[in-house]
Amino acid sequence: MLHPWLAIDVEKEIDLICGVLRQTLMRFKRRGYVLGVSGGIDSSVTMALCCRAVGKERVFALQMPERHSARETETFGDLLISKFGVPFAAEPITEMLEAAGFYERYDATVRKQIPVYTNGWTSKIISSNVFDKKGFTIFSVVAQAASGEVIKKRLPAKEYLEIVAATNFKQRLRKMMEYYYADRMNYAVAGTPNRLEYDQGFFVKTGDGSADVKPIAHLYKSQVYELARHLEIPEEICSRPPTTDTYSMSQGQDEFYFSLPYGQMDLCLYGKNNGRSAESIAGETDLTVEQINLIFNDIDTKRSTTRYLHAPPVLVRQVNEIGE
Amino acid sequence: MPNKDQIREFIVSNFLFGEADKLTDTTSFLDAGIIDSTGILEIVSFLEEQFGITVEDDELLPENLDSVEAVAGYLEKKAEGGSQKSE
Repeated sequence: MLHPWLAIDVEKEIDLICGVLRQTLMRFKRRGYVLGVSGGIDSSVTMALCCRAVGKERVFALQMPERHSARETETFGDLLISKFGVPFAAEPITEMLEAAGFYERYDATVRKQIPVYTNGWTSKIISSNVFDKKGFTIFSVVAQAASGEVIKKRLPAKEYLEIVAATNFKQRLRKMMEYYYADRMNYAVAGTPNRLEYDQGFFVKTGDGSADVKPIAHLYKSQVYELARHLEIPEEICSRPPTTDTYSMSQGQDEFYFSLPYGQMDLCLYGKNNGRSAESIAGETDLTVEQINLIFNDIDTKRSTTRYLHAPPVLVRQVNEIGE
Repeated sequence: MPNKDQIREFIVSNFLFGEADKLTDTTSFLDAGIIDSTGILEIVSFLEEQFGITVEDDELLPENLDSVEAVAGYLEKKAEGGSQKSE
């Protein structure tokens, strides 16, 4: 059940989005939509919306797993594709990542912090929880041996940046593949960020941040789930907890990027966007006023770093002839 | 204070590309938009490499790292052997 703050007329919203999806194809003179399908809620809803807008035969789904992908990525992707009956291709990106040196670069950097890290270990990056600290965000690498032993080490700037840079190969190679299919089919690429991701910068510039249209970027995550139920997305996908599916060790989105489960995060972001006081948001969540204020600061900090991700290239002088 | 000069020089060359007039000793790096969370990590690496100290997780606080003066004060207290953790 959607919180009243986030209530939407789902059928009307779907009609609006489908209209924009059709207009976008007309505007860009493209014949359909390509999108990457991860078995997560956002890509599932985006795919279903594209099907509703232009018909399933004009939608092309790409599954692009790699060595570190969770098993559900493939099985839930299969489930979605077969339910909607869309044309699709499987394009695993493991070999491309190997060619780019991703696994080697990533492992070497983790090993600098955790020398025993080797084959058979899994790892992930986590950030300090916004409530745990009075200070700055800290990023740590967490590694787990096959025996279950877990080691956690703080990442210095250089190693943190190296891991992020290497990991970004994944989103960028996937986007390269999406545009390969889009170009050869004369299709457009549909991006899949929801509002939390779009606003707070949970995407890779020229990776999953690239697309010709982002049909759910204005919707809070809870609203995306509401659309999912209406669009008859399989229950297994609707009940899967949001994951980054980026690291070999399983990782919730609230461990890496968002400080809260999405339901609470939606209310905080909605409240902030709509001028609600910390007191009134606290009344709608299980959070204290102090916690809401910490979240507000965190939202502002992330927004400021997200500006770079959204920014088009800077020109010295405007080239006015290039317009809409 | 030699530390203060070194810190200022690092901030000016690394984050401000020589535009030193934007920085006083008490300018908040974050409020002035000079650095972000990655910049904080860079300052920590600089301090650890340059001054041979270890910045503990719970010392990663604005009162230790968010201005030239704060960093210089932090280094001074660190040299005296005190921990600069939050109360």
